[in-house]
Amino acid sequence: MSDYALNPHYAADDVTQEPTRAGFGRGLKTAGEQDERVVALCADLTESTQMGKFAEAFPGRFVEMGVAEQNLVTVASGMARAGKIPFTSSYAAFSPGRNWEQIRTTICLNDQPVKIVGSHAGISVGPDGATHQMLEDIALMRVLPNMIVIAPGDSIEAEKATLALATNGKPSYLRLAREKTPIFSTESSPFEVGKAYVLRQGEDVTLVGTGTMSYQLLMLARKLEAEGISAEVVHAPTIKPLDEETILNSVRKTGRVITAEEAQVAGGFGGAVAELLSEKMPVPMKRFGMYDRFGESGAPAELLQHFGLTSDTMLPEVTAWIGKVPQYRSGF
Amino acid sequence: MSGQLTTTQLEQKANDVRKDIIQSLLAAGSGHSAGPLDLAEILTTLYFDVMNIRPNEPEWKDRDFFFLSNGHCVPVQYAVMAERGYFPVEELGTLRKFGSRLQGHPERTKLPGLENTSGPLGSGLSQAAGVAYTLQHIDSQLHRFVYAVTGDGELNEGNIWEAAMFAGKYKLSQLIVFVDRNNIQIDGNTEDVMPLEDLRGKWESFGWHVQEIDGHNIESIQDAVGMAKAITNRPSVVIAHTIPGKGVSFMEYDYHWHGGAPGQGVPNQDQAKVALKELRTLGGKIVHEGAGE
Repeated sequence: MSDYALNPHYAADDVTQEPTRAGFGRGLKTAGEQDERVVALCADLTESTQMGKFAEAFPGRFVEMGVAEQNLVTVASGMARAGKIPFTSSYAAFSPGRNWEQIRTTICLNDQPVKIVGSHAGISVGPDGATHQMLEDIALMRVLPNMIVIAPGDSIEAEKATLALATNGKPSYLRLAREKTPIFSTESSPFEVGKAYVLRQGEDVTLVGTGTMSYQLLMLARKLEAEGISAEVVHAPTIKPLDEETILNSVRKTGRVITAEEAQVAGGFGGAVAELLSEKMPVPMKRFGMYDRFGESGAPAELLQHFGLTSDTMLPEVTAWIGKVPQYRSGF
Repeated sequence: MSGQLTTTQLEQKANDVRKDIIQSLLAAGSGHSAGPLDLAEILTTLYFDVMNIRPNEPEWKDRDFFFLSNGHCVPVQYAVMAERGYFPVEELGTLRKFGSRLQGHPERTKLPGLENTSGPLGSGLSQAAGVAYTLQHIDSQLHRFVYAVTGDGELNEGNIWEAAMFAGKYKLSQLIVFVDRNNIQIDGNTEDVMPLEDLRGKWESFGWHVQEIDGHNIESIQDAVGMAKAITNRPSVVIAHTIPGKGVSFMEYDYHWHGGAPGQGVPNQDQAKVALKELRTLGGKIVHEGAGE
């Protein structure tokens, strides 16, 4: 199938579930143990962004910023100038939603290794509604020079990503989710910034996802298999820099690609893959995500279903699409 | 370096800095005039008298920090840094030109000695506060100070007051901020565009120690820093009353000289000639009066 060490129980009904933000909370505490330069700043959301473990272990290196997201990231930029590795957290709707220019000028152009951790991204935030369901963060962060953009697939990977960002020396954005999602990786699965991973091999179509949508694509691939369609699943936790080689290698083989993300496809992950393929390997493409609209209040599962972001809702659309479009081959 | 230059020598240096500013703006053909000119004494005093710095070792681990929050005033910082020996004075002629380290607004990664990248207003103060927090509450380096300059128009920005609240809460006593109170911004006088008064009361209510000084008086600047250092339970702000365009008669007090194109914000050839002549005359007076002390 693939070298990637998938959780053998990922497809079971009782698969272990945990929010990605929980993995971040554990990773941040470990990063704090490994490097005393790591500091954490939070805008009045310490428990919900899971900075509590760090704050408890290292009270002298935790800074309560109050509800002030512009100050959150600019104070962090100053702390980086003084030699620290600052992790900042809030809801993604507020950071990087409200403080984009400060991130652009004082962190990216200024090239400081500040980590922007945006929790509660995507429509699965649920009942809080559209104001708190951040869908534009991928687009906002990936256009910034110097910025690294990561959306971990599950809580285990979020923990690894946090540790990796603590040592990468670069401005970085970590996109996290509020809701519990299935754990499809294992402690021994690889994670490296800038790498995408083939979770499952196939011949007929490449399904490439970021964040927790990669789990939905894994489930979709199983359902497609039952219908006689062999799907390759690529998980791309790093949105920028995109692992072009892994994606192109897969698409070269399958000649068709589908992307999925819990975000606006315009400028988002689907946008990034479309930019890559249209220049280097144009093939038929279908993108799952949000199309130029906001979310709304509801239960997370209900919303994912409504907006067509579950394996069940994607299945009929994908089979119909595959029936319509050819597999492009090199030299086409 | 502290205390090596006399007041007269510092005044003379500030006058040299003004000439550098006029010459670099003339060469650049765009930029900002009024603010840089009125900050000459404050930055000269900080870089030549107050701050513990090593121009030949900009990343020296025991240095004091300087953050220019109103990045458009960077011509004065470049001029003072060049005069202080961070880079050759001749390089000031490259201001705003392609390939120059002296970008139109300051970029830390381009020029050693700059502590931040600024231009969009309101976020330099919070970066300075981030350094001050680190020195005071994490690294316990209580002998190092963080200086910042903000414009008064810049105080319209919400980010400034977020930083003011933060510095007040954490009693960042190693943070010393100068507000360039020149009463102008791009669209007019500050009290017409967006009133700032009661400015003293605003800072006091955020928990700051406030001083008001004549921002062109070197000894007042030195005394204000001394007082600010003596206040150990609060951050300090010095509201420095200045004359926009100070030193060039036709620019003084006129908000149209905030910045812009030659003849309409920065000096053209003829205006620069007049300005430099005035500054040379002023320089002569400083030396003359100084000689009589």
